[in-house]
Formats: sequence, structure tokens, C-alpha cells
Amino acid sequence: MDEDERADATGEGRLDGNALGGLLSGVFDRDVTEAPSECAHCGTVNVIAAMHAYTRAPGIVLRCPACGGVVLRIVETTEATFVDARGAAYIRLERTHR
Amino acid sequence: MARSIAWRLATVAAIRDETPTVRSFTLALPDWPGHRPGQHVDIRLTAEDGYSVERSYSIASEPERDGLVDLTVERIPDGEVSAFLHDVVVPGDRFEVRGPIGGYFVWEAPLGGPLLLVAGGSGIVPLMAMLRHRARAGSAAPTRLLYSSRGADEIIYRAELDALATDGSGLDVHHTLTRTQPPGWTGYARRIDERMLADVVEPIRPSTRVFICGPTALVETAANALVRLGLPAGQIRTERFGPTGT
Repeated sequence: MDEDERADATGEGRLDGNALGGLLSGVFDRDVTEAPSECAHCGTVNVIAAMHAYTRAPGIVLRCPACGGVVLRIVETTEATFVDARGAAYIRLERTHR
Repeated sequence: MARSIAWRLATVAAIRDETPTVRSFTLALPDWPGHRPGQHVDIRLTAEDGYSVERSYSIASEPERDGLVDLTVERIPDGEVSAFLHDVVVPGDRFEVRGPIGGYFVWEAPLGGPLLLVAGGSGIVPLMAMLRHRARAGSAAPTRLLYSSRGADEIIYRAELDALATDGSGLDVHHTLTRTQPPGWTGYARRIDERMLADVVEPIRPSTRVFICGPTALVETAANALVRLGLPAGQIRTERFGPTGT
């Protein structure tokens, strides 16, 4: 995999949660980029899109932009998807009216 | 909030060179639900042996074009997907697209202005969707664009930006060229910094909506400087670009 794509331009692996909308939609079955979530470490509420995303790891990590604490970790294996949400006090998903 | 975002098959309708290393691809997308300016899509390329790779690309076009979506892609040396798009793909080719994605880094005409857009390199792409939409919607929201490129021949959409900036709608375009400047260059000639941002946004209006897209260092420099200049952090939306492949 060419993790180095863009590496020169970014300097580091940090992105915005917004960039992971497609990948997260495969886990949550919807676009969660606008979903608010409370950081379990510092209590700050941010939408997923505004969190700091790290993708150059086994899986993806979302961190709180206020305190840097890990909010969400997602690892996909060939068998299953592991969602570690212990850093999120909650994630608010609006009911869909369709 | 939309239900799960479907993969659909896109057909390449046209390819256009923007700069020596940047190309735009017009995709025909049947049943495209429409997008909002600033959203992106994921592209999935799958080889015959089943190996597949995904990348995210911002949508460059305005939503007013029905069923057609432009992506503008910079060719990254050794970039698995961008090199394939540049070197292999021809009109008529098809690949999978998932989207539109993201409702956060979005501006639509009813939101109004003032608007400050800050771009580095191909970070102009989602901002261009906003500017094209602004023009098509007839918006007169006061808008300033500060756009950082390495050299004059690397400015993406240069002619179109020049035209938009002189159409009387209230768009100011400021360029900075960080590496090389042509003879007689009167724009900025350094990386974006606080002094440059202060020049461009002057006078500071706290109601300004800010969208910043580019490499991480540029995004963070600009966002931090704008907060120091007095813009509320909550009105500054950022999109750092980099690898999102799986």
C-alpha cells in the first residue's frame, strides 16, 4: 500500500475526520461526519468531521481535537470490523426519516 | 442524515489538463443523488486478481450540473491511485465511486458571507466547487480567496479564477507563489503566514465563515493565525489532505 502518497505534502499522517466519511459509512451504515460525539477524556463535544484522524496505522484512529485523547479506533480484518469506542462518552446518531 | 452511502459505477466522460501535474476527470454518474459544494467521494479501483485500493477526492464541480461530477486530481509520484488515473484512464473507462460524503466542510449560497477561503495546492478543489456554485447561484456573498501555489504554472483553475474575480460579484482572489515567481509578479511570494492573512481578511469581521484546505502544515498555520486575528474557532472549518486509503 502506498502510505507515502501525499506524505511529503502532509508532513504527518494527521487528517480530519471528514476525510474518513466513506470508510465510517461502511461501519455505521450512514454518513456520520456530522454526528456529535463527547470525548470521554475531557468532555468536549465535537462532530466526527472535526476530529483528528490518523490513518497510517493498523486501522484508523480518531482523536479529540481539544485534548488529543483517542475517541475511536477502528480495525478491519478479513473476518470482522473492531470498533473501540471507549474514548467516546457518546456518539449521537440522528434518526433517519425516510 | 443519509443512509449508507452506495458504491456506484462511474464512467469517465472527459479528461482535461489543468497544470502539468493536475488533471480533471468528468464522471458520468447515473442516479447521482446530487452533492453539496465541499463534499468528497471515495474511488475504488479493483484489479483482476481482486486487489483493491481506495482514495478520497474532493468534488470540484458545482452541484448544478446534473449527473456529472468533476474530480481534479494531482499526480503524486508513485501514488498508486493518482498515477493510475493520470497514466492509464481514458474516456469511457469505468470505476467505482462512493459518495457524496461529508456535510461539515460545506458551503451553500443560503449560508451567505462573508466568506474566506484559504487553499494550498490541490486544496483549491473543494473550494472551487464552492466558488462555482456561488457563481451559478448568483450569490454576491463577499468572498476572499487566498491561494498558495509553488509556481505560476502550478496554479490550478487560474484562468477561471481570474474570470470569476472580475465578474463583479464581490470575489477577491489573492495568490501567493512560494517557490518561483515569474518576472513582474505582484502577488505574495512566501508561505501563508499571519501577516498575509491579516492583509487579506482586513477588516476582520467576526461573522466570516472560513474554509481552509491544503497540506496539514498550511491548514494548521492558517487556522491558528486566524484565531489569533480574532476569528471565532467555531467558524473555521478545515480539511487536511493526505492518504485515506485502506
